Amino acid sequence: MKPMLKYLLPLAGFLILVGFFAAGLRLDPREVPSPLIGKPTPAFRLPVLNEAGKTFSPEDMRGQVWLLNVWASWCGACREEHPLLMEMSRSGALPLVGLDYKDTDADGAGVLTQAGNPYKVVATDVDGRVGIDYGVYGVPETYVIDKAGIIRYKQIGPITEESLRDKIMPLVKGLQ
Amino acid sequence: MIPELGHFALILALLLSVAQAGFALTGAAGGNSAFMTVGISAARGQFIFTGIAFLCLGYAFYANDFSVLYVASNSNSALPLQYRLSAVWGGHEGSMLLWTTTLALWTMAVTIFSRHLPEVFRARLIGTMGLISIGFLAFILFSSNPFDRLIPAALDGRDLNPLLQDPGMVYHPPVLYMGYVGFSVAFGFAIAALLGGELTQEWARWTRTWTTVAWMFLTVGIAFGSKWAYYELGWGGWWFWDAVENASFMPWLVGTALIHSLAVTEKRDAFKLWTVLLAILAFSLSLLGTFLVRSGVLTSVHAFATDPRRGLFILVFLGLVVGGALILFAIRAPRVGLGGKFGMVSRESFLLTNNVIMIAAAGVVMLGTLYPLFLDALGMGKISVGPPYFDTVFVPVMVPAIFLMGLAIFARWKNAELPALMLRLKWAFAISVVTALLLPFVMGKWTPLIALGLLMALWIVTTAMVNLSDRLKKREAGRLKSFIGLPRAYQGMIVAHLGVAVFIVGVTMVKGYEVEKDMRMSPGDTANVGGYDFHFDGIKEEPGPNYMAARGHFTITRNGSPVAVMEPEKRMYTVQSMPMTEAAISEGFTNDLYVSLGEPVGEQAWAVRIYIKPFVQWIWAGCMMMAAGGFLALLDPRYRRRNKKTMEEGAA
Repeated sequence: MKPMLKYLLPLAGFLILVGFFAAGLRLDPREVPSPLIGKPTPAFRLPVLNEAGKTFSPEDMRGQVWLLNVWASWCGACREEHPLLMEMSRSGALPLVGLDYKDTDADGAGVLTQAGNPYKVVATDVDGRVGIDYGVYGVPETYVIDKAGIIRYKQIGPITEESLRDKIMPLVKGLQ
Repeated sequence: MIPELGHFALILALLLSVAQAGFALTGAAGGNSAFMTVGISAARGQFIFTGIAFLCLGYAFYANDFSVLYVASNSNSALPLQYRLSAVWGGHEGSMLLWTTTLALWTMAVTIFSRHLPEVFRARLIGTMGLISIGFLAFILFSSNPFDRLIPAALDGRDLNPLLQDPGMVYHPPVLYMGYVGFSVAFGFAIAALLGGELTQEWARWTRTWTTVAWMFLTVGIAFGSKWAYYELGWGGWWFWDAVENASFMPWLVGTALIHSLAVTEKRDAFKLWTVLLAILAFSLSLLGTFLVRSGVLTSVHAFATDPRRGLFILVFLGLVVGGALILFAIRAPRVGLGGKFGMVSRESFLLTNNVIMIAAAGVVMLGTLYPLFLDALGMGKISVGPPYFDTVFVPVMVPAIFLMGLAIFARWKNAELPALMLRLKWAFAISVVTALLLPFVMGKWTPLIALGLLMALWIVTTAMVNLSDRLKKREAGRLKSFIGLPRAYQGMIVAHLGVAVFIVGVTMVKGYEVEKDMRMSPGDTANVGGYDFHFDGIKEEPGPNYMAARGHFTITRNGSPVAVMEPEKRMYTVQSMPMTEAAISEGFTNDLYVSLGEPVGEQAWAVRIYIKPFVQWIWAGCMMMAAGGFLALLDPRYRRRNKKTMEEGAA
């Protein structure tokens, strides 16, 4: 029996994997509740992309309803939501602030030059430290922040037309 | 009418695949010759009807039949013909049909080229492939039917995603699938051997041919995909560690281990169980890739619209195929036995170590790909794993493999002397180290990674050259003393290994010495990047068949002499109103010039991105050399000769 057990190892490994997949099927990789909702934005001050010497802090946005969009040049899903961000920025509904997460400035700037820049300002979180404060699980993520600097909504994964129409824009209108 | 014919052909194909598996496997179990023959005929019928279904879908695209939902979702009457036809696999349903059609094609090839195999073995092989066909055909018919009608018909289609409107779309998916799905043959061979409880050196030789062909396709397919990403995505990357790229890369790593392991089983009758396990694993990873892409458990740029029902189907199917194979493995493994013995230092042990490293590398890629899913399933939150992880982990894993690659070709079978080996290779090693340390200084920038990359490439080249000259010296008098005169299998090995070196040079140089510059340019401006002068002549509007393009015109000179004229485009696809960047690339042996247009910024001025990418073409050239090595090895006459011999023995 003993040598037989050895030959069962590959099967055992595979079954564990299948268990995870079965669980994974019932999960939506894009939905996570955030404990930050209703709390003030964690403070930070980070350098601004493409503008040497300038920095950005959430304090700068006091008195405005704004979006904080966490993205990166290496993130595929960010490309999906990019056209919607461009549209939003063109409509002028509210200011968009980008947080370029764990990225090099050159790569980040490259994507914006390539695909267009929807952001009023982009802060660069090179080592991802601010991302930790914000509980960034995956990129992209988007936060709606009100005039008093309270996080009101968090979108995990790319913004879609539905989430924009049904959740984000009504919320923003109310806050404004 | 035609779509209904296609649908009907697909139903017949499913019935025939049931007959294929049923008759072939029961025939083999009971030694019933007539049943086995029926099984093989059914397999051929299955190919014909799957092929008909595929052609019917192709026709629906050709004829712009927008009463077919799938056509309406993925095509448009303004779409050029070649993209209308490649749009057949532009969405989920058609991709699955391409998968099954490829599988049927491989099955057909097996029925034709397997006459020399023992009857029972052949029936088991074809029966196993039939089981896989059943799964995929049922999946298509019950949850992803590409022939579903759209009533009333759409006036025009939603168009193919502009990213996919590229020549890459015409050949990348079919070639890649040929590779991926081709491992089903190796899988069939493994299952047939386990069912028979016997694994011979003959078996390894048969399996080797099929596996090498599949591996070649996979190598070329991945290279095509990478090249496509390079020029189409517009920022000049060539590999993104995206979940779907990883899904094709994992079977490649395991397939590479498999062809090496098969070599040992064929020559030395060793590694038997390991080889069987690798054959199962390679195809399991192909299926896993399909599951990951289709089920939506992971997010990816390649992911089509996902549906959890589909995911569940594939998961159950994956469980049955892989689980079944591994149960069979556990039952039969003790009977097959480990095979020949070998010393601690021998070619076998080097190959085994390298195999383990390949598997570890595949494991590392798999961990990175699935880690977000694991954490999520355990309720530990969500993360995404990107290139920083893969770059950090993958390189250290591969370094020892490259080092062993140089050693292994010298080691003798069964037993080799390590000190003697070291002595023989001291010059190769010294030359590699010194050159790797000094060359970067000459190039103007030294970093540890550049030196390491060059060292690995040089090590492969120098050891291969020493080995080649040894080999030529040993040739008996009267035989051709040149590379051409050596056995094809040996030539193949050398070419493929040099391909790895070429690939490493490409990666090292482009990572180390790439120059990029973003700037704002107005017509008349000249930018100097990496010694080249890029003169921006202007932009004009060019209408395309289904898009409007702004086409820039750049004249590139170096020290006043003309080098190239480049025309990058910014396109706006009208149906999906999606902007696309078409970079202009001037390919060169040591340098690619890469210009892409960003957004217009102010009057006449454009954001322009320019790269100089040194040796980037070597990346794909290396892949092509690896595939060419596989091709040379296939030409080795011993495969044909021995096959004939078996046939004669069978007849006697």
